[in-house]
Amino acid sequence: MIKLLFHLFITFFKIGLFTFGGGYAMIPLISEEVIGNGWLSYEQLLDFIAISESTPGPFAVNVSTFVGYNQLGITGAIFASLGVVLPSFIIILIIATAFHKFATNKYVIGFLEGVKPVIVGVILSVAVVFVLKSIFNISILDFKDFDFSWSALLIFTAVFSMTKIWRKIHPVFIVLVSGLMGLLIYGLIL
Amino acid sequence: MLFTLFWSFFKIGLFTFGGGYAMIPFIHQYAVEKFKWITDDEFLDIIAIAESTPGPIAINSATYIGYKVKGVAGSALATLGVILPSIVIITIIAAFFMQFKDNQYIEYAFKGIRIGVAVLILNAALRMYKKLDKNLLSYLLMFTGLVLMLFEVIPVILVIVIGGAVGIINQIYKTRGETK
Repeated sequence: MIKLLFHLFITFFKIGLFTFGGGYAMIPLISEEVIGNGWLSYEQLLDFIAISESTPGPFAVNVSTFVGYNQLGITGAIFASLGVVLPSFIIILIIATAFHKFATNKYVIGFLEGVKPVIVGVILSVAVVFVLKSIFNISILDFKDFDFSWSALLIFTAVFSMTKIWRKIHPVFIVLVSGLMGLLIYGLIL
Repeated sequence: MLFTLFWSFFKIGLFTFGGGYAMIPFIHQYAVEKFKWITDDEFLDIIAIAESTPGPIAINSATYIGYKVKGVAGSALATLGVILPSIVIITIIAAFFMQFKDNQYIEYAFKGIRIGVAVLILNAALRMYKKLDKNLLSYLLMFTGLVLMLFEVIPVILVIVIGGAVGIINQIYKTRGETK
């Protein structure tokens, strides 16, 4: 148990340390670690992103609490959340006490100029994989077995167009609409 | 004072859905307008620092503002305040969610929701792409990140570190050109 607790803490510490930008920028690393460790399945992760969008608080804290609780109850939840928060806490304290010009330092600017486009590419890849998986039920590395779904394509097209027509739509509303469409299409029609 | 700090950040953590940037207006409302802990300029500096350091923006700004107001104790309490609502609410959901998860209709709804989430992530990626400074290097780095991740060549952390290293080398090269 101590070993798993430590593993949870270190994994979420790593997630807290290496995700720049917050929010959705954290999803690639979180999914790699959490699915890789077998803590959540791909479907469970997507379900949890929807839950996190519909509950308050930062996504990283929400997902660490959820995974930690599932693995080791409340102790696990606390250790995983502390792990994800601690890198921020330490780094910001150092900057606040000793390094006020941090954001204008040329190496910091250079580092971020390199990190930002890479993260956009990484998130694009996650988006592509998630969309392909939901419509064709495949992973990018395996095109042989696919299971195209008209109903999934219909939901995707409807929800995506909705976000393009109504640009300021709140994520919670998207969760509600896609849930309702899922209920209608999979539950009643098929 | 410490309690006000804790309580304000607790409310910020409790009432902001979606996390990240959704929290910034709330933080501004409490820290700048209501309690005048920091000025508008300081607030902008904090956002810049929060964006250029790893971790969730809400945690970064809570730690920084807490420190400005009451040192290390202040930063610890502000950070604790902002994460406590998440920990409590998600623990409750984790404890009860699994019970009604097996319901068939819930499963149908979640089949739809998973597609909705894919749309949310796609839109987030497109938004970030629009905000990006576009030049040869950034296109090259973005494409590298995309391909490396699509074909699962190396872990994400390594991809990020490579991007940062290229950025620093480019910056050194640029500034050397300016001083000559």
